[in-house]
Amino acid sequence: MIRQRCALVGLAALMLTSCGGSETIVGLITKSHTNPFFVKMREGAEAAANELGLDLRTFAGRFDGDNDTQVQAIENLIAAGAVGILITANDATAIVPAVQRARDAGVLVIALDTPLDPPDAADATFATDNLRAGELIGRWAAASLGDAAGNARIAMLNLNPNHITVDVARDQGFLQGFGIDIADPQRVGDETDPRIVGHDVTQGAEEGGRRAMETLLQRNPTINVVFTVNEPSAAGAYEALRAAGRHRDVTLVSVDGGCAGVANVRDGVIGATAMQFPLDMAVQGVQAMAEYARTGAKPTLPRDQAFHDTGVVLVTDRPVDGISSITSEDGLTKCWG
Amino acid sequence: MLQRLHHYLHRHPTAAPGIVLALAVMVFGLLAGNRFLQPFNLSLVLQQVTIIGMLGVAQTLIILTAGIDLSVGAIMVLSSVVMGRLAVDFGWPPVISLILGLLVGVACGLANGVIVTRLRLPPFIVTLGTWNVFLALNLWYSRSQTIRAQDIEGAASLLQWTGRTIQVVGARFTVGSVLMVLLFGVVWYALTWTAWGKHVYATGDDRNAAELCGVRTDRVLVSVYTVAGLICAFAAWALIGRIGSVSPQAGLTANLDSITAVVIGGTSLFGGRGSVVGTLVGALIVGILRNGLALSGVELLWQEFAVGLLIIVAVALDQWIRRV
Repeated sequence: MIRQRCALVGLAALMLTSCGGSETIVGLITKSHTNPFFVKMREGAEAAANELGLDLRTFAGRFDGDNDTQVQAIENLIAAGAVGILITANDATAIVPAVQRARDAGVLVIALDTPLDPPDAADATFATDNLRAGELIGRWAAASLGDAAGNARIAMLNLNPNHITVDVARDQGFLQGFGIDIADPQRVGDETDPRIVGHDVTQGAEEGGRRAMETLLQRNPTINVVFTVNEPSAAGAYEALRAAGRHRDVTLVSVDGGCAGVANVRDGVIGATAMQFPLDMAVQGVQAMAEYARTGAKPTLPRDQAFHDTGVVLVTDRPVDGISSITSEDGLTKCWG
Repeated sequence: MLQRLHHYLHRHPTAAPGIVLALAVMVFGLLAGNRFLQPFNLSLVLQQVTIIGMLGVAQTLIILTAGIDLSVGAIMVLSSVVMGRLAVDFGWPPVISLILGLLVGVACGLANGVIVTRLRLPPFIVTLGTWNVFLALNLWYSRSQTIRAQDIEGAASLLQWTGRTIQVVGARFTVGSVLMVLLFGVVWYALTWTAWGKHVYATGDDRNAAELCGVRTDRVLVSVYTVAGLICAFAAWALIGRIGSVSPQAGLTANLDSITAVVIGGTSLFGGRGSVVGTLVGALIVGILRNGLALSGVELLWQEFAVGLLIIVAVALDQWIRRV
C-alpha cells in the first residue's frame, strides 16, 4: 500500500516537472519503443539534452511502420512550442506534410536514421549511409567466397513488403557490392541474375527470419549466401540453417552493430555485419538543436554530401584484403546495446 | 444433395474447415510441384504453426465463452522474457525460471478473468487494456534487450528443449509441435468429456440459462481465462525453442493471427459453438496457404490478400451452416 502511494506521488511529480518550467523543448520521435536501436538512440539523446540543458520530450510509433502516431507526436510538439524535432520516420513520404507544418511554425526538423522523401523535406539528416553499409557486406561476402562467388546461391531476407528506403538501400547495396547488376536501384527484386534464389521478408525479427529462411531453403536447399536486413532476422535465419544442418557452409551477413549481433559475429553465427552508430545520430542531432535554440543557425551540410553521414564500420573476424574492418572484440566495445 | 450436406455440416462443425484443408493441400500439390507434398515440407508447416496453434487453443476457450482475448500474444512474450531473464541474466535454475514464467502467464490470465467477471466489462475492452499493460511490462522487464540463443544454450538449454527435432522418415518434427498436438488433445478431451467443458459451452451459449441451471458462470469464466493464460505461457516456451532466443519484439501480430485460426476453424465468435480441433485445422489452413503460395513464388502481399478472403469465406460459411 505504501509502495502504491509512493508510485502515485512519483507519477504526480513526474507530471509536474514535465508540465512546468520554461526550458527549451526538443522532441524525439522514434519508429517504435521496442527496438533496442531506438532505445539506445533515446538514451543518447536524453544524456545529451541533460548536458545541454534542453527539455527532451520523447515519442514513438506504436510499431514499426506506424505513421499516424508519429503525425500526432509532431502536432503535440508544435502545440507544446518545441524549438526542434528529431524524427526517425516510419513512412518517409507520408510524414512530409506534418513535417512541413512544423517547419512552417518555425520548428527545426532533423531526420535521424531514415532520410525523408524528398530528403530536403527536413532541415537536415543525420543517418547511416545504408547503401554503403550494404555494399561493405556484399563486397566482403564476394571476397571471402573467392571464385565460388561466381556460382553462389543467394537468399535475400528483407524487412517488409513496404520496401522502405533503408530496406531498399541495404538490399541494393549488398547486391551491388557482391557484383550483381541491380537494374533499377530504387526497386527490390527486379534483378535477373540467376544467383539470386529469392527474396522474402522478416519484419526485422527472429521469427520472421526463421520462417523466411525455411521458405527459401525449400525453394533451393543449396543456398550458400544469406543477406539479412538486420541482426535479429540473422539470428532467426541461423536457427533455420542449423535445423537444416546447413549452418556451417553458409555465409551469413547482416547490418546493425547491436551488441547481440556483434557477439554473434564472435561466435561465428554471422560472418560479417556493418555497424552503425545510433548514439552519434542522437547526440549530433541534439547538439544541432541546442545550436539552433541559441543562435538560430541551422546545421550546414558537409561539402559534396547529401546528408550528415554518421559512419559505418565492417565487423568481422575473417578480414579480407582491400576492405578495412574491425574484429568482433573491438566491435563489442563500440556496439550499441 | 445440398440440403444433406448442409445438415451434415451443421452436425459436424469441424467438417467444413477439414474439407477446405484437404482442398488446399490438393491445389498446392498441383500448383507448387513436388516440393510441397514432401513429408519434410508438410512437417515444416506444422512447425511454423506451432505458436499460433497453441495461442489458438487459448483463444478458442475464450471465444467459446463468447469472449475474445486480445492479450494472448502479450502474455506469451512477457512469459518468455521472464523465463529468459531469470535463467540467463540472474542465473536461476532453468526449471524454476520455467515454472515462474508459466506462473506469470497464469497471473495474467487470472487478472483478465477477474476484471471481466468482477467489473462486468466486455472482454474486448478488458483485454485491449491488458494487452497494452502486458506489453509495457514486457518492455520494462526486458529493457528491450534480446537474449541471444547462444547465451541461453549455455545457461538454460531446458528453455530450448521445445526446439529439439525428431526425425520420422522424411518428416521432421520439433518437440514444440508435438506438444502443440498433445495440448489440442488434452483440451479437446476436457471440453468434450468433462463437466467443466460442458459448463464452458453452456456459459458461452446462454449465460443466463446456464446460471439458472446452476452453473456458476463467473467461476467458469475465471477458470477459462486462467487456463488460457497458462497455455499462452506454454506457447512462450515453444517460442523460445522456435526462435532460439528470447525477443521482446516477438509475437506482435500473434493475437490477431490466433483469432484468424479460430474463426477459420469454424468456431463461432458469438460463443457456445465450435471445437478446438477446428482451430488446429484453421491454423494449418493458414500455414499451408502461406507456405504453398510462397513456394509457388507468389508475393507476400497477395498471401495476405488470400488469408483475408479466407476469413470472410469462413465466417460466411459458418453463418450458412447455422441456418438450419
